[in-house]
Amino acid sequence: MKLLGKQRNAKFKNMQSKELHEHKKINQRKHKRVSFDMKQRRRLSLGLYMAPSLTGVSIFFILPFIVVFYYSMVDNPINNEFVFFDNFINVFSNGAFQLAAMNTLKFSMVAVPLAVLLSLGLAMLLDHKIPYRSQFRTFFLTPMMVPVASVVLIFQVIFHYNGAMNDVLSIFGISKIDWFKSSYAQVVIIILFLWKNLGYNMILFMAAISSIPKDILEVAVLESASPWQVFINIKIRYLSSTILFVTILSLISSFKVFREIYLLTSDYPYDTLYMLQHFMNNTFRSLDYQKLSAAAIIMSIFMIIIIGALFITENRFGKDMEE
Amino acid sequence: MKEKRIRLYIATIVAAIIAILFLMPIILTICNSFMSASEISSNYGAIFETNEKGGKVFISEKVNLKFIPDMVSFSQYITVLLKSPEYLLKFWNSVILVVPIMVFQLGVASLTSYGFTRLKGRLKEIVFFMYIILMLMPYQVTLVPNYLVSSWLHIINTKWSIWLPGIFSPFAVFLLTKFMRRIPKGVIEAAQIDGAGEWQIFRKICMPLCKGALCSVAILVFIDYWNMVEQPLILLSDPEMHPLSIFLSKINSGEIGLAFAVATIYMVPCLLVFLYGEDYLVEGITYQGGIKG
Repeated sequence: MKLLGKQRNAKFKNMQSKELHEHKKINQRKHKRVSFDMKQRRRLSLGLYMAPSLTGVSIFFILPFIVVFYYSMVDNPINNEFVFFDNFINVFSNGAFQLAAMNTLKFSMVAVPLAVLLSLGLAMLLDHKIPYRSQFRTFFLTPMMVPVASVVLIFQVIFHYNGAMNDVLSIFGISKIDWFKSSYAQVVIIILFLWKNLGYNMILFMAAISSIPKDILEVAVLESASPWQVFINIKIRYLSSTILFVTILSLISSFKVFREIYLLTSDYPYDTLYMLQHFMNNTFRSLDYQKLSAAAIIMSIFMIIIIGALFITENRFGKDMEE
Repeated sequence: MKEKRIRLYIATIVAAIIAILFLMPIILTICNSFMSASEISSNYGAIFETNEKGGKVFISEKVNLKFIPDMVSFSQYITVLLKSPEYLLKFWNSVILVVPIMVFQLGVASLTSYGFTRLKGRLKEIVFFMYIILMLMPYQVTLVPNYLVSSWLHIINTKWSIWLPGIFSPFAVFLLTKFMRRIPKGVIEAAQIDGAGEWQIFRKICMPLCKGALCSVAILVFIDYWNMVEQPLILLSDPEMHPLSIFLSKINSGEIGLAFAVATIYMVPCLLVFLYGEDYLVEGITYQGGIKG
């Protein structure tokens, strides 16, 4: 009797658990369906939010891009015969393109890291509790406001052969430099670029620095970590996503510097200043649209690789921090 | 703590030197705008001797960098503001072209970036990546297709050809999305549990928290389009519609005597936008709430 009872009990338990399990399953399915619907609806509504931009971008940016891609593959806009990679080979073997690509690469490789590092340095500098901190911050931002055309005028005045910069240098016994017509030209452009862009980058870093949790820094100090260790192990970790952000922004503005170079030196500047945009501008003028398109596609492939790499490194770092 | 104080002094001095270097060009522009035209051309004439073929005889070969004018004169301003209505007209053109772009780009972008921050998945990542790539395209490349699209839509030589590509530019989307991602997840989740719909979350939580970011992006967009040169030159064939930016780059080589005054006037809107928004610019995203991240 006892055994039977036990057995029954066990059976009952078994049944119960089975039923329970079944019940749970159904419940889960139901739940899943409900949440699926919700998710679907949420997605749809979010999609609607993005619709205006997606339409606009498709019409004014993606459609043109497809047209560019098409042009890069055909021989000329009238014949429209597919030549596949001929245009690309033409561009690659073009001396002007090689020069322009090398210059742009050199410029970006120097200017972008400098823009990131120096602005981080400025942000750190202002992170000290120095007097007139907010005034300094404003001063560093002011170059943003100066119109491009005036920037160009001022830089022409300062870096002219008989200009102020050479006067200052002559005090130190350095002979005159022809800034725009020598290999120093790129230095001038890098100075211009940094002068213009450091301020805003600095602001982004300042915001990021102030969002580093204070308690972690305090603990580190209590554990007698050196300032350098704090900087490398804590601050840089927390700043990694901002560093990526600032790098991309600087990359964008490094492409925009063409406008300044163009206004400074017009169509055919000194060799070291001949940028990809000059190449594109001049090919555009000569109406060689196949060459232009092919160059554009090459450039964007390059860009996809660089930015993809940046994203991957940032993802690694970022995950590291969240754990 | 003596060491700390010394470090502070050094930091201040370094900051001061950098600040002077940063401010110099602006001060130079403003100071020089109070010189008379003849003084300017005697100071800077040498720069443009190559630009003008055998035109004028310049008094000096030397380029004088001068801050304080020999005699304060408003002649530049009088010429610009009173004698030639042209300048004011161009100024107005600039405003008319830039303000709608700024307002609508922000509107479109804030909705889109909200979508980007809330959605998950591979597709979203790919689309966002695409936005970045499109943003990096130099203008010369998209120029011809842009022209084609504009002519298909019959908006060439109208303000729409500048407005529409500007409004849908991916730049603000990229920036705002980056800022919005910093909003703590907990805040949004809490709102969701309380039954807030997407629109409510967007209006009542996201937008107020992003006030600083919106201001910051507005300033950047404004400055960017305020300086545009290529687009109007190609899309607006009627010089009557050209903005001041184009005019300013022409004036540099032509009437240098007026360039500084025009530049100063040109800077005023930027300055106003800046003074109004600077505090927001610095804030970016501010969230001081109960949730510990």
